[in-house]
Amino acid sequence: MRPIEYYEPPVPSKVNYINAQYGLKSWLLTKDHKRIALLYLGSITFFFFIGGLYALMIRLELLTPQGDFLQSATYNKVFTQHGIIMIFFFLIPSIPATLGNFLVPMMIGAKDLAFPRINLLSWYIYLLGGVVTIYALLAGGVDTGWTFYTPFSTTFSNSYVVATGLGIFINGFSSILTGLNFIVTIHTMRAPGMTWFRMPLFIWAHYATSLIMILGTPVIAITILLLAFERISRVGIFDPALGGDPILFQHLFWFYSHPAVYIMILPSMGVISELIANFSRKNIFGYSFVAFSSLAIAVFGFLVWGHHLFVTSQSVYAGMIFSFLSFAVAIPSAIKVFNWTATLYKSSISYDTPMLYALGFIGLFTIGGMTGLFLASLAVDVHLSDTYFVVAHFHYIMVGGALMGYLGGLHYWWPKITGRMYPEGWGRFSALVIFVGFNLTFLPQFVAGYLGMPRRYHAYPPEFQVFNVLSTAGASILGFGMLIPAIYFVWSMRYGKHAESNPWHLPGLEWRTQSPPPTENFEVTPIVTWEAYEFAPAEETQIVGKFGPELEQI
Amino acid sequence: MQSWIPLVPDSASTFSWQVDALYFYLSGVTLFFTLLISAVLIFFVIRYRRRTPYEIPRPIAGSHKLETLWTIIPFVIAMTMFGWGARVYFEQYKSPTNAIEVYVVGKQWMWKLQHATGQREINQLHVPVGRKIKLIMTSEDVIHDFFVPAFRTKMDVVPGKYTTLWFEATTPGTYRLFCAEYCGMNHSGMIGSIIVMEPREFDNWLSGNTGNTTPAAAGQQLYQTLGCASCHGANGEGGRGPTLAGVFGKTTQLQTGESVPVNEAYIRESILNPQAKIVAGFGPIMPTFQGQISEDQLVQLVAFIKSLPAGGQTQPAAPAASPTPNAK
Amino acid sequence: MADVMNSHTDPHAHPHRALQHHFENMEQQREAGTLGMWVFLVTEIMFFGGMFLAYTLYRSKFPAAFASASNHLDIKLGALNTGVLILSSFTMAMAVYSTQVGKRRQQIFCLIATLILGLTFLGIKAVEYHDKYTDHLFPGHLIPGNPFGPAVQEHGQPLDHHKLHLLEGATLPQVEMFYWIYFAMTGMHALHMIIGAGLLTFLLIYSIKGRFDPEYHSPVEVIGLYWHFVDIVWIFLFPLLYLLGRHLEHG
Repeated sequence: MRPIEYYEPPVPSKVNYINAQYGLKSWLLTKDHKRIALLYLGSITFFFFIGGLYALMIRLELLTPQGDFLQSATYNKVFTQHGIIMIFFFLIPSIPATLGNFLVPMMIGAKDLAFPRINLLSWYIYLLGGVVTIYALLAGGVDTGWTFYTPFSTTFSNSYVVATGLGIFINGFSSILTGLNFIVTIHTMRAPGMTWFRMPLFIWAHYATSLIMILGTPVIAITILLLAFERISRVGIFDPALGGDPILFQHLFWFYSHPAVYIMILPSMGVISELIANFSRKNIFGYSFVAFSSLAIAVFGFLVWGHHLFVTSQSVYAGMIFSFLSFAVAIPSAIKVFNWTATLYKSSISYDTPMLYALGFIGLFTIGGMTGLFLASLAVDVHLSDTYFVVAHFHYIMVGGALMGYLGGLHYWWPKITGRMYPEGWGRFSALVIFVGFNLTFLPQFVAGYLGMPRRYHAYPPEFQVFNVLSTAGASILGFGMLIPAIYFVWSMRYGKHAESNPWHLPGLEWRTQSPPPTENFEVTPIVTWEAYEFAPAEETQIVGKFGPELEQI
Repeated sequence: MQSWIPLVPDSASTFSWQVDALYFYLSGVTLFFTLLISAVLIFFVIRYRRRTPYEIPRPIAGSHKLETLWTIIPFVIAMTMFGWGARVYFEQYKSPTNAIEVYVVGKQWMWKLQHATGQREINQLHVPVGRKIKLIMTSEDVIHDFFVPAFRTKMDVVPGKYTTLWFEATTPGTYRLFCAEYCGMNHSGMIGSIIVMEPREFDNWLSGNTGNTTPAAAGQQLYQTLGCASCHGANGEGGRGPTLAGVFGKTTQLQTGESVPVNEAYIRESILNPQAKIVAGFGPIMPTFQGQISEDQLVQLVAFIKSLPAGGQTQPAAPAASPTPNAK
Repeated sequence: MADVMNSHTDPHAHPHRALQHHFENMEQQREAGTLGMWVFLVTEIMFFGGMFLAYTLYRSKFPAAFASASNHLDIKLGALNTGVLILSSFTMAMAVYSTQVGKRRQQIFCLIATLILGLTFLGIKAVEYHDKYTDHLFPGHLIPGNPFGPAVQEHGQPLDHHKLHLLEGATLPQVEMFYWIYFAMTGMHALHMIIGAGLLTFLLIYSIKGRFDPEYHSPVEVIGLYWHFVDIVWIFLFPLLYLLGRHLEHG
């Protein structure tokens, strides 16, 4: 059996995007998408640990039913800020702004994103939004819940709603600009031969995500803006005193915020497609079905917001339509899960850390997705809405789904990004710890939710304590598990084993250049003559590992 | 409480078994697919593990037959879930005829209920078994949500509009009432109970009867059940409302600047007409209890407030905006 | 499309000075710029869409109040502004055309004209805002009992142009809702005009410096697209805010 041939630069260059220029200015004014990805990586990690700290406080408070660790006012701020930080400042930018920023141009053979300056601008906007939000948190915090429901947020809350809203409003533009950049880049900057159906599924997922970013984010921007105006002018369109309808706010809010869930999960699905294909050395089973299911999710995702309003006295018939569409949007996700699983059939599976995350993702996402059906089902949702069942469900999607994909992707591309390997043993160990800790944290919450424990409760009746003790125990394991990668990633940047250009022996474009890549990504604009995940020529049935002839010429 | 961990809450309404049945169906399907996917994954991962470092498996393009199969099967299953859920939902939110009407007003952070026959309750609702009860609900301030897990039903309570909810209790007992829509500081304290009674007991309750405990003890009971504690503190130490402990027999400063002696008459007036003489530094936020408590109960409350030791602050210095420790 | 382009057949021996390093050629750069602006305009449609939704909802809920409040808007100034903007769209289109054919003097003239027309629009809008302010129609000032006094004409009073005539079935809070939406929508539109004026100034400076030529004109084109979009928003705002319920006008 022949070893896989893969690209090594003929003359290994010592110059790459990291050491091409030195000095703080070369980073803060960079237009290189790879450097901007690293800037984002640093900032979202910072916000992730702030959000994690809030999570820790929530779990400590809920250890006992009495509400004795924090005051109720403080607790309300803590869970609100946990949600705002994690959703707007971690999950939404997580994969697109770091891995996506780094890899979208590389995977399609471009030198950079279409608008490098706008890319840098988006990071500064993100940072400004973050600073404004942090200011709001330090000045006194916000206690409306991340959903900002009116009229509590407009009239009754005594916290820093306008400042926080402004932070989210500003941050929204960074998301819009990232999405805009991706769409234009994918349309106009693909390398010769990189047709739409040769693109890796990661790119398809980012294309779908970008569609949601540009269509949804402006709606949340205007909604938050109207809310802030209303709070400042003391009257407004959501105000019952003027005949306004507070439920209108919920419609506008969820019109963005439900698709926003897909902003978080779609890129993660893209990562999982890469991991499953590459670590089993197999082309994705039903490539076009997986690609189009991303687009289907992006489109249908805009039609299901009303399932957050089943118990707001929305019309029964509207409820039925939204319920139907919510079930429909589950189908593309199911298709993806089946295709990933089928890809593994008669493949060659390695147990490297990224693959462990990918396998964990499939299991957890299945649970997260299936429990979503409970909430799409009208009668059961009436009982379950605003209970811990909902909390458990969306954490299965956002942590079990989005975060697992992010961590898996980070491990997978770490050698490309930094030129260093992470410690494999520690990687596998932490993946296992995170998996166990996560399940212990959130599985009990499904039961507590069906028993009727409402969410956002600072103190709760004693019969729910057993579930909360289990959750808190799980959360401490999960928190510990999160620290391990944080430590070894930082460690590996200096002490890790030097990575080869193609440490995993893969055919993707991003592996056909040195690690870390040069500033221009590729020394010569590549010409693509192969399909995505082409480990073996499609027409061959025998096991042959060989890339296209162009590469051998390079 | 049971010694074992329950999987479903108490079942006490006609909806309970319907929702439970659907829930079990959904759980069954979820369990089946989760186990199926996991089993297949584990089997593949072991069976097709990488045996030699350079092996390349044979590529497989995909199969339209399989794709069609695993599009249609989930869709059909999803449609059964949709149809079943919609049917029960339609039942839940279809307004019943011949229902006993109860008016519900939510406010931060208590439930105020009034029976059609005039009885008022706070954070409690007495209902008979076997009758349809229809709640007509609105909110004085923010959005609340009337949630009774044992009845498997809930509905938002929205300011500026009436929403309705109905149920028919099947089993006598006391069940929890939660506010399920986050409504501010004491959201988790906005809980109460639904007391389901046999029809004859309910009639007795409607005609009114009280126990025979001491006035102060009965007053303390009332103080808790009427929700006084959520603003005045569990022991009258004050909070959103003025301090009650130890003020009896002293004078207090009003918003208008004048001072009044705190005596039986003042306490009674403040309970029945709270806006009349507001203590300096507080807002006009207290609801009236006029018509909700009898003269007897007023006496009991006064007796309780008189009995409070001057342990806490002696004057209401806390401004209304400052956060109150949770009274629980 | 990028995949049909081939860098080896680039006819230019020397790349254009405005070609950014990551593009293969000017064609790709121009295509990216134009597509980028179209995508951005899609986000703008969604942004204004939220407000149009609120408008539609409350207009159908409170038709009488919306008609009453709408009738009090100054239709002459509104119509004048509509004319001004349509003219500015024309001059903007001419600016793009003259850049493409390389007539620099005409290009500068058209940009200046567009800028002046845009500022005229903003000036007229400011006059209108001031009128509403002096008539006490700012949201938050309408509630009865406010220190500014009622801005509403009682039945039987002689016609007063500074007072709003309430049609049958309209209430003051609903009128306030209209004005809230009016100020939110026209305010956001005016903000876009101000940004547009800033962009025009930037174009003007670059034109005077002679940066644009028939081969490199995509900034003019792209900002032109933006300017037309902002105009079109006004074309929707004018009938919705000013013209609805005109037929119910009293006297």
